Amino acid sequence: MTKVTMVVNGKSVSAETEGRTLLSGYLREGLGLTGTHVGCDTSQCGACVVHVNGKAVKSCTIFAQDVAGAEVRTIEGMANADGSLGVVQQAFQDHHGLQCGFCTPGMVMSSAALLAENPKPTEAEVRHYLEGNICRCTGYHNIVKAVLAASGQDIAAIPAE
Amino acid sequence: MYDFEFVKPSTIAEATKALAGDGAQALSGGQTLLPTMKQRLAAPGTLVSLNGIAEMKGVCKGDGGLHIGAATPHAVVAKEAAAHYPALAALANGIGDPAVRNRGTLGGSVANNDPAACYPSAVLASGATVVTNKRKIAADDYFQGMFTTALEEGEFITEIAFPIPQKAAYVKFNQPASRFALTGVFVAKYADGVRVAVTGASNDGVFRWKEAEAALSKDFSAAALSGLTVDSSDFIHDLHGTPAYRGNLVKVLTARAVAAA
Amino acid sequence: MPKDHGIGASVKRREDIRFLTGQGRYTADIDLHKQTYAYFARSEMAHAKINKIDTKAAAAMPGVIAIMTGEDFVGMGGNPAGWYIPSRDGAAMKEPKRPVLAHGKVRHVGDAYAIVVAETLEQAKDAAAAIEVDFTELPAIVNMAEAVANSANRVHDEIDNNVCFDWGWIEDNRAAVDAAFAKAPHVTTLELVNNRLVPNAMEPRASIGDYDAGTGDYKLYTTSQNPHLTRLLISAFVMGIPENKLTVIAPDVGGGFGSKIYHYGEEAAVLAASKAIRRPVKWVAERSESFLTDAHGRDHVTRIQLALEKDGTFLALRTETMANVGAYLSNFSTATPTFLHGTLMAGPYKTPLVYVNVKAVFTNTAPVDAYRGAGRPEATYSIERIVDLAADELGIDKVEIRRKNLLTPDMFPYTSPVGLVYDVGNYQATLDKLIELGDLAGFEKRAAASKAKGKLRGLGLSTWIEACGIAPSHLVGQLGARVGLYDAATVRVNATGTISVMTGAHSHGQGHETVFAQIVAERLGIAESAVEIVHGDTSKIPFGMGSYGSRSLAVAGSAMVNAVDKIIAKGKKIAAHMLEAAEGDIEFADGKFSVAGTDKAKTFGEVAFSAYVPHNYPLETLEPGLDETSFYDPANFTYPAGAYACEVEVDPATGHVEIASFTCADDFGNVMNPMIVAGQVHGGVGQGIGQAMLENTTYDANGQLLSASYMDYAMPRAEDVPFYTVDHSCNTPCTHNPLGVKGCGEAGAIGSPPAVVNAVVDALQRGGYKHVTHIDMPVSPSRVWSAING
Repeated sequence: MTKVTMVVNGKSVSAETEGRTLLSGYLREGLGLTGTHVGCDTSQCGACVVHVNGKAVKSCTIFAQDVAGAEVRTIEGMANADGSLGVVQQAFQDHHGLQCGFCTPGMVMSSAALLAENPKPTEAEVRHYLEGNICRCTGYHNIVKAVLAASGQDIAAIPAE
Repeated sequence: MYDFEFVKPSTIAEATKALAGDGAQALSGGQTLLPTMKQRLAAPGTLVSLNGIAEMKGVCKGDGGLHIGAATPHAVVAKEAAAHYPALAALANGIGDPAVRNRGTLGGSVANNDPAACYPSAVLASGATVVTNKRKIAADDYFQGMFTTALEEGEFITEIAFPIPQKAAYVKFNQPASRFALTGVFVAKYADGVRVAVTGASNDGVFRWKEAEAALSKDFSAAALSGLTVDSSDFIHDLHGTPAYRGNLVKVLTARAVAAA
Repeated sequence: MPKDHGIGASVKRREDIRFLTGQGRYTADIDLHKQTYAYFARSEMAHAKINKIDTKAAAAMPGVIAIMTGEDFVGMGGNPAGWYIPSRDGAAMKEPKRPVLAHGKVRHVGDAYAIVVAETLEQAKDAAAAIEVDFTELPAIVNMAEAVANSANRVHDEIDNNVCFDWGWIEDNRAAVDAAFAKAPHVTTLELVNNRLVPNAMEPRASIGDYDAGTGDYKLYTTSQNPHLTRLLISAFVMGIPENKLTVIAPDVGGGFGSKIYHYGEEAAVLAASKAIRRPVKWVAERSESFLTDAHGRDHVTRIQLALEKDGTFLALRTETMANVGAYLSNFSTATPTFLHGTLMAGPYKTPLVYVNVKAVFTNTAPVDAYRGAGRPEATYSIERIVDLAADELGIDKVEIRRKNLLTPDMFPYTSPVGLVYDVGNYQATLDKLIELGDLAGFEKRAAASKAKGKLRGLGLSTWIEACGIAPSHLVGQLGARVGLYDAATVRVNATGTISVMTGAHSHGQGHETVFAQIVAERLGIAESAVEIVHGDTSKIPFGMGSYGSRSLAVAGSAMVNAVDKIIAKGKKIAAHMLEAAEGDIEFADGKFSVAGTDKAKTFGEVAFSAYVPHNYPLETLEPGLDETSFYDPANFTYPAGAYACEVEVDPATGHVEIASFTCADDFGNVMNPMIVAGQVHGGVGQGIGQAMLENTTYDANGQLLSASYMDYAMPRAEDVPFYTVDHSCNTPCTHNPLGVKGCGEAGAIGSPPAVVNAVVDALQRGGYKHVTHIDMPVSPSRVWSAING
């Protein structure tokens, strides 16, 4: 076992790992941060997306030891300092961008990464950016709408509800 | 997944040493290797991460054209190659999804040589040079069939040098599930001729469509392709397309790439 | 100004806060003290005889605590079929035992034959790989036609020809239907496949068994849509654990779509293993296990015929369907192709004569059961495809052929020729709304714009109904159901006036915690924040049947309303006592009990407090407490209906299809929360587009699953779908439940697939490819290209 230290959601943390310990396992089992979900084993579904050094990555497809020392942000670190929902989170609630909630952490993390790179994306850019995040509940309508709303753009033209 | 010892050298020399050991395997971005290891289809004793080697990262112009470090993630190529080789940058920006692009690397993709991967078509169509920790390999010698390359035991890619074409474009038709290339065509026009590389279609992996190259070298227009046929006899037959369908895509996508170049 | 709270308001979901901050608690997130990890050894062959299983070497591996095989479960019962369907010749349904773990034979790839329990998951996996099994491989039975034709190959040795039943509906009408066909001026015939789907809830199944040796109590945490049903099946049929010694908890569940209705062997195995080792046993499926073992959906092969007058009037309809049930009967796999499919074959039309024949066939594939829509999408697809084909053959406009044959509002209640009584509807209204919303009049202009880009544009329609709000027990009981399909709610008013509502429905994405609170709060005239919805734990909630079949609001919601009415009635008694008035003079409105015609009143909170501080109650006539339970059994199904339009653009060079627009006009009866209703339609349509364009479950001739991961099973992604236009303003309230609601969960998945395929065929027809009259789903690029070039 090797002790791996990272900065997760602004706090320095460490946990014991094997070579094969995935970042998702490090977060979930090592640190008890179960907001990061695992929905597939082929790096497709995106439920496990977190930010490593500011970039969205699939935490189920990275070894914990390969990102030792990194700055990691998870869904647990997305709320405002006062505990209120962050901009992307709030937009997802306002526009019903989630149903069962299982893909939601990955969706929020990918959406936040998109808006960091591209603050005013078009609908097509949002859809393209979310290609690696599968949602089975929403048909994506309200997710795309929520991301556009979170970017501060006018969503009045999008079909109601 | 079987357990292994994880090492992360910080120089090419250290990595070379680490990979000389029995049962050692290189890890690049891991976007293909990890799913394989989860299925217990790979069982390295030691996994040597190439992600900590600064000299294997980055995009810069040099004697051989555009030099890209093998450990450079797709997202960085998409951004930093855009001004120099837009078609290559666009290809990088269409691989997988953003999270995969932040992690997957040029070297990892080319070393794996998945028959449906995008990068091999750019390497082959550009006549690029694959630089390893041991030697330089011409693209035409490097790709040796599906998942097979000229790389030897303990050898890994450190950089790829892409001659910059006058015009180029990559057109990819997504496999609807994996979003790999069901078929993808990279067309590159150089002063001395046109190269056309096709991925996703053949059981032999990436290949050059020589008839199209000849026709386009004479007349770089979609119309120049109209009389050509594609030999699809050894093309992939799977859930997503027949050989005939892939053969059609090769032709259609090549014409679209020429138009887009 | 739209309402901002109560019934009809788009109240934001309260459950979202925990999901958006990573605080949801799904089964895989739960860790118990001294927990162990289970891994299942699964067959890699589709069909094989198990000669011997040797676990000695595996048991000696590091960390291994226990290994159990099918042999250890021989004394237990089997996982039963919930619905008895006799054949049309009267022969009994074939019901082979479905054991907890395979014994004697493995019958599909993924069939589990051993559970390995170890200190870590990886240790359990290592040991599972070390189990030595002596198999004799047998020929795989995959194709239904071959399964039925070849009696030498049998999935279950005792079942000749692999036929579970051969059902006719309604058998007495068969001769009349055939006679109508014999003299019909026009007959349209179509053979089609309703493609097999993997439900793919994003949360893979997971179960934790926890046996308490001190009390003999079992606790099961599991990914279930219906914890009481799971408890009943485990107790009464599989393990014999007394129900009062088994608690089933379905915490946050990440989507179900049908696949988490059923009891699965893994649930019983972790309970048995926990008892054996006296420690909790946790199992979480990998996605690859989900593909191999979750109950799949659809998988029908159908020949349908429609008899018409030359003017397009429907005269009669008949179908022959083979429905794949897979290797074993899952809990509702016999109901899905029969009473959820055959009874819907009249659709929203006046077709006077209908006959349906369904053969259910065993194969060496994963069990097939209800998946979002369950039987009704299959019925709707068959009907709506043949309506379009008939219109093309007769040269009739696709809107007009529908309008001509749709039931009219004056015909309700309408008894269909396949045995349902539609209580209410207005199918013209939703069709008219669709024409307006979808700007059908502007189609030609849009088609011309597409043509200028080299694309072929097509328009596809679907007018559909479904029967949901499942289900009236008296009716389903006559039809073979072995369960009742009522639901239950307890409304518990606490002493300080807050309310806990315990519901038998289970929310796994539907937003019950928000919507149910809206309803209870409005009816009691109190703040929504004072109402808490409790679900998913058999030790807390009354015996309800869970959530599926668009039933939560129509059935469990009705129980909740009735329980609230009981609370009000009891509150009136208490208020009468407090106000020294006659009970009959007490009125309840806006959260106040008042004496009619006076200003004497007590607030709801005062009455609640009094109920628990009964210092001067006349105890012989007034009990303390304010806590009521209601069981509600619906009088009929509910009948949502709607009209959908899909426009596509086809690239003829590659066969690529893009959904240009999708418009829905639905009638769900009264709407409680429009935001959530729209979300349900979006999701259903997304899944329907997935079925129509992308998803397919393919086994090869050896029974190997080829589409076994997201690398080959194409899930709809954000780029594959457009913004949808949805409307639910044309509502005709349900006539037989207190809220006038019909249910909206399955509609999108039922109505959308034929609209997509109709649009693609329309595009090719308009593009001059007149030889293309049908393409089977999914209408993938290669299939479209092959059809064009075929």
